[in-house]
Amino acid sequence: MKAWVFGDNVDTDVIAPGRYMKYGIDEIARHCMEALEPAFAASVRKGDVVVAGRNFGAGSSREQAPEALKHLGVAALIAESYAGLFYRNAINLGLPALVCAQAKRIRAGDHIAVDLDAGRIDNRTSGETLAAEPVPAFLLQIVRDGGLLAHLEKRLRGERASA
Amino acid sequence: MKQTLAQKVVARAAGRSTVTPGEIVTCKVDLAMVHDSSGPRRLKPMLERLGAKVWDPTKVVVITDHYLPEYDDESRKILRIARDWVREAGIDNFYDAQGICHVVLPERGHLRPGMFAVGGDSHSPTGGAFAAYMFGVGATEMLGVMVTGEIWLKVPHTIAIEFDGAFAPGVSAKDVMLFLIARYGMDGGQYQAVEYRGPAIRKLPMQERMTLCNMTAELGGQTGLIASDDVTRDYLQREVEIWDSDADAPLLAHHRFRADELPPQVAAPHSPANTRPVSDFDQRIDLAYIGACTGAKLADLRMAAAVLRGRKARAKLIVAPASLRDQQTAEGEGTLQVLLDAGAELLANSCGMCAGYGQHQLGENTVAISTTARNFKGRMGAASAQVYLASPYTVAASAVTGRITDPRGMLQ
Ligand code: SF4
Repeated sequence: MKAWVFGDNVDTDVIAPGRYMKYGIDEIARHCMEALEPAFAASVRKGDVVVAGRNFGAGSSREQAPEALKHLGVAALIAESYAGLFYRNAINLGLPALVCAQAKRIRAGDHIAVDLDAGRIDNRTSGETLAAEPVPAFLLQIVRDGGLLAHLEKRLRGERASA
Repeated sequence: MKQTLAQKVVARAAGRSTVTPGEIVTCKVDLAMVHDSSGPRRLKPMLERLGAKVWDPTKVVVITDHYLPEYDDESRKILRIARDWVREAGIDNFYDAQGICHVVLPERGHLRPGMFAVGGDSHSPTGGAFAAYMFGVGATEMLGVMVTGEIWLKVPHTIAIEFDGAFAPGVSAKDVMLFLIARYGMDGGQYQAVEYRGPAIRKLPMQERMTLCNMTAELGGQTGLIASDDVTRDYLQREVEIWDSDADAPLLAHHRFRADELPPQVAAPHSPANTRPVSDFDQRIDLAYIGACTGAKLADLRMAAAVLRGRKARAKLIVAPASLRDQQTAEGEGTLQVLLDAGAELLANSCGMCAGYGQHQLGENTVAISTTARNFKGRMGAASAQVYLASPYTVAASAVTGRITDPRGMLQ
């Protein structure tokens, strides 16, 4: 998985620009990050990771921001910190978001492997292993189920079956 | 155990007598607000997939503002879904084309001190001005609320921001927030509760308090709160419970400032954290925008009028009053006429240019000064546009001179 590296305070207007919000996720995703990195949407590959500094996802509550990243195939986010609302949205859409104080040690293009359970990030390019903060179990379960919608579906099906 | 205002409201919603910062609790939601962009068009298909219904339609408020006025097939479709869905879901609290959600919600009496509320918009902390715990969530999380009536929350610490004295004439809540965002950064709020207090805050009218809590989003807090008092009561025109922090409840941080020392502030492109005092700027502008939930309420329109009375705007001046009711009051008292006489072009009571969703967008290389909350690159239109943020006073003064201008010499 290749790392795409961004800086601090990347906002949701950059991740999912407002003027495309009226369209479906295909069109929004095509413009993902274009103000910072015009090649991103066309070049990112399934399984790549997005790495950022502080406060990733600042601004609007639009969940099309994490949704666009997921739609493009981004497998995980690694950042020093997230805007709280963006973090909730990422989890709710089933996109793992790891908090790693040393995120800035990762270079653009590094080959990265993420172990969610262990909270471990292996940089295959540099040979370095970085620790991520553990994700609370009930949030990890939402991610595993594929997001809050699928999680609720599972729960409601369970309730109906037992009713 | 001494509790902050935020803890008290969260504890009540969690069915507890006290809560401790850092613990995760499940809260019952008293009110859920959505708008046309984050609301029905996203909730409806998910509810259908689940085969679920809204947990309590009387607790849901739907307000259209982002895609108004409709101008193409996509926006017309988004609005139609909203209008149809409220009928299907049995939601009576529906405000269609009445103004921006954060302004319409309290204007129509939906907020009360002590409430626990969520909104499908990042500026939902605006509700904290009424001593409610209100914060923004995404559409999928809102779906969870719509189905269960509950939401999880990590009990926040409280950061208290206190202003002594009184703000100088020509200085407003917008200046306060730009100053704080520059000082503490866009993640300074650490996704905790930010409580505004002190004599200068107490003196602020309700709509100015709303601007403080609204821009807590840019300060990175989960919510902003202000204790309820007579100002809250007078605005809501009903008796209110007093909700306030215990005097010595533990705080994560306590910042104190002298209000009278704060000069007008301006944020340079492309971040609200890029703020300096207005006197630092020597900058020509093409366009002045008075709009948005943070910058075009009745109180904001009055500030602009205090500068524009008897003057003409040299730059293009666009005004989009934040609610229909505020516009009507401004019209009745003559405030609106002052703006029109200065050459203002009037846009609809909606989000307008603020988020670049609609028809009106900034063109290539336009230099604008705006009362909105965010000047992120490309948000209001072209990525090459340069957007400065400032108070309604400063935006009005800059419209008159065509340059970024300190409004304090122009007040009438
Ligand atoms: S006016 Fe702007 S900040 Fe306010 S709700 Fe609308 S888009 Fe958001």
